[in-house]
Amino acid sequence: MLAEFTGVVLMLALALLVAASLLGVHRLLGPRRDFDAKREPFECGESQIVSPAERFSVKFYLVAMLFVVFDLEAVFFYPWAALFRDLGWFGLAAMGVFSIPLVVGLLYEWRKGALEW
Amino acid sequence: MTVVVLKTLFILFVVLGAFLPLITWIERKQSALMQDRVGANRADILGITVLGLLHPAADVLKLLAKEDVVPKGASRALHLLAPALSLVPAITVLAVLPFGSTYRFGDFELSLVVADIDWGILFVFAMGALSTYGAIVAGWASNNNWSLLGSMRASSQMISYAVTMGLAAVGLFMVYGSLQLPEMAAYQDDTFRVLGFVERFGWVPALPAWLDWVRLPAWGVFLQPVGFVLFLTCILAENKRPPFDAPEGESELVAGYHLEYSGMRFGLFYTAEFLEVPVIGMLVTTLFLGGWSIPYLSQEAFIGGVAPVLGVGFATGLCLLVHVAAFFAKTLAMVWLLMALRWTLPRFRYDQVMDLCWKTILPLSLLNIAVTAVVLLWLEAP
Repeated sequence: MLAEFTGVVLMLALALLVAASLLGVHRLLGPRRDFDAKREPFECGESQIVSPAERFSVKFYLVAMLFVVFDLEAVFFYPWAALFRDLGWFGLAAMGVFSIPLVVGLLYEWRKGALEW
Repeated sequence: MTVVVLKTLFILFVVLGAFLPLITWIERKQSALMQDRVGANRADILGITVLGLLHPAADVLKLLAKEDVVPKGASRALHLLAPALSLVPAITVLAVLPFGSTYRFGDFELSLVVADIDWGILFVFAMGALSTYGAIVAGWASNNNWSLLGSMRASSQMISYAVTMGLAAVGLFMVYGSLQLPEMAAYQDDTFRVLGFVERFGWVPALPAWLDWVRLPAWGVFLQPVGFVLFLTCILAENKRPPFDAPEGESELVAGYHLEYSGMRFGLFYTAEFLEVPVIGMLVTTLFLGGWSIPYLSQEAFIGGVAPVLGVGFATGLCLLVHVAAFFAKTLAMVWLLMALRWTLPRFRYDQVMDLCWKTILPLSLLNIAVTAVVLLWLEAP
């Protein structure tokens, strides 16, 4: 079972190697001429007025919550889809019952305007 | 073990060494073609330019030799980590994509996929979701307002489309009855009768015999046409490809989350973005365009047809080469499609991107699952 992951681990190691070596070589080859103005964060020629480190209203937190709900649903869909033919009409009915609260929830969010920008 | 290492090196070499430079070149040449310009043709060695093919090499050298600027107030460690976070998942996905079938040479069985995981497709989606962290961390660590806005857009767009991408493909998994990518590709190495359902439903007692010849390859794009359109849209948006590149919209956010990156640190984001093009191509090919299969010529038919002339071993080897070539040819066709889309469609407004996801694609993909379920059960009812 775990032997299948040899390739994944190998690919991951090579990916890390590629990223690290590119960043490392860049550090060795790149010139260093640092002065204060160069290190200012870019802001269309102005100096920064508002710091991004302050509190920032994340407008899409509702989307993030929807994401958690629907992503979990999607994960439940996968094994069901793979076994669909064996489950037959019973499987379809069971998934229908499982989906009702989610579809109703989506419609509710939609009507309440949670999906507006 | 040796075989796994060889397969890993092969796919890495093909994608990183051949596809990646070629795609940066195609991107420039195709944009030039579509905008009636000459395109990149200046990089030369002793006056030889080879159609601008030297530009990718010049890019790498230049990016490596540029100064590494970290803005004031940035989180140094996270600023360095973010480019690697977006590149590493894009490369790791390559491990589960099958670029050929399973071949038998005597006792030795060669399966052309680096890692055949039971839930391969989930691994692909998981890695795609991980690259969201690269965008979030880059925007947050840069201490720049534009970057922060860009990364906010990127993360919200990517998580939204991660959901719909998963749901858009469920219909396909029901048809294939598998979550394993090599199995899905093998399923498509077949054909089906276009009008077979008429007979199955009993609308006519029996179809004339010549209609048996009206067949299509059993590819995902023919079995799940709606799923194909939805999935392609979602995977473009999930990877922030144009026309869904609002997170890095030059005209409004300057460059988005990688604004404060220079040199090779920017280069890694750039590499990740261009690497995602062939990876999308390979994934869509595997799921919807038959993977390595040759239309109307299944693996047994190919080997069975050639073996009497050349011998079984040689026929299998030839079949392997043709399959790998077919897979990469289909991938290139997908890359061409993505490039053509990129230079044809204008960028969507950000609220349109999110509306499309939650109000159009999500309901449509749920509907697609329901319709697929009913049709499948009806067709295969005993």
